[in-house]
Amino acid sequence: MLSRRIIPCLDVRDGRVVKGVRFQGLRDAGDPAELAARYEEEGADEITLLDISATPEARATATETVARVRRVLSIPLTVGGGVREVVDAGRLLDAGADKVGVNTAAVARPTLISECAQRFGSQCIVLAIDAAYAPGTANTWHLKVRSGAGHTAIDAVGWAREATDLGAGEVLLTSWDRDGTRSGYDLPLTRAIASAVRVPVIASGGAAGPSDFLAAFHAGADAVLAASIFHDGEFTVAGIKGFLASHGMEVRR
Amino acid sequence: MNTPEVVIIRTGSANLASVSAAIERLGARPRVTEDPSDVLTSPLVILPGVGAFGPAMTHLRERGLDRALRERVRRNQPLLAICLGMQLLCEASDESPGVEGLALLPGRVTRFAPTKRVPQMGWNRISPFPGGPFLRAEWMYFANSYRLGDMPAGWGGSTTDYGGSFVSAVERGTLLACQFHPELSGAAGLSLMGRWLAAAQESVPC
Repeated sequence: MLSRRIIPCLDVRDGRVVKGVRFQGLRDAGDPAELAARYEEEGADEITLLDISATPEARATATETVARVRRVLSIPLTVGGGVREVVDAGRLLDAGADKVGVNTAAVARPTLISECAQRFGSQCIVLAIDAAYAPGTANTWHLKVRSGAGHTAIDAVGWAREATDLGAGEVLLTSWDRDGTRSGYDLPLTRAIASAVRVPVIASGGAAGPSDFLAAFHAGADAVLAASIFHDGEFTVAGIKGFLASHGMEVRR
Repeated sequence: MNTPEVVIIRTGSANLASVSAAIERLGARPRVTEDPSDVLTSPLVILPGVGAFGPAMTHLRERGLDRALRERVRRNQPLLAICLGMQLLCEASDESPGVEGLALLPGRVTRFAPTKRVPQMGWNRISPFPGGPFLRAEWMYFANSYRLGDMPAGWGGSTTDYGGSFVSAVERGTLLACQFHPELSGAAGLSLMGRWLAAAQESVPC
């Protein structure tokens, strides 16, 4: 039986891990390779690296950082940020990523997903969705693009279906309402996406503690992603896995 | 001077950075090749692979790598096949109907049951047959939509459960083929590659 995955996330800008609420008020949180190695040691199942400077500043993703993290890491590495064309994905894979995240560019041009999937295989292509509640609704989510700077009226559930039909092999689902707020994952959103697609779903945005991870798994997530609670040293991956195992979740230890 | 060289066969679109990094971590030197003579003469060879069955077989055939690989296995020279690399050793795959595989392993590769999320993405347990040279009961990292259903007769290996049992690895002599990614399976995967590397080096006259 497949285990539930815990994925620490490194938001990287100018070669350093940073943290901040919704990418505002950023503070330094350390060296990407050092943090990645520490999380692997603690029992992380994968590492995700998001180049948060890429989309707003139209800057090429830091392939050098990816190569540096790869050298110390012997678990899977997903890299997102700034993938606009197949060559961008190829560059990240060559540098040492095992999977690449596509987001804004795929919303503008969905065939980017099928092009990448045909070239590298679906298992390499992670659809990153930033979703926020549509104004005045309780069960409809719209896509955010350009790291939250861009609003759309595109239905997030419909987009998840379309993009996985085009060949995305996994969905990284971030709740824009919860991200950085430590108020728990958006469980209705997680439930809606997990039941709409046939590929694995990673819940992201809002984790404050072990019970949030458990709740996300109960809502249908196959994996959970979190950043600041690990960077702060408040919780370790091993500690959270212990909690999950004691609640009957299959985890790798 | 004593650093052994490990030859990695380029199968087209495969990402080779993780395999190379793992080889380096084990104290060996990776070299990527598309030359069939390397496949026949190098002591240590890895057949990796991500992507689709059909394009990868075409890539191997166009360069004569298919014949070299068949000959290498016939001569019992060491080979480590990973993920799609393992599937390419089989006779055919539902992923690319009509394309012949290397047919070094009997059996056809089929898709996971529609009741499961596909790709299988993450860590799963492998249960090895007792007495094999390399495999141990451990968590390994998988990223696959297709798999070999039944253990070929005459082979050792391991099975794993994902909507039913499938073949997660086969082993015989110094041939090890893994459906999972040992290069992404942390300490357990590195030890497995280390055991193969050690046995493969011993089997090769210097």
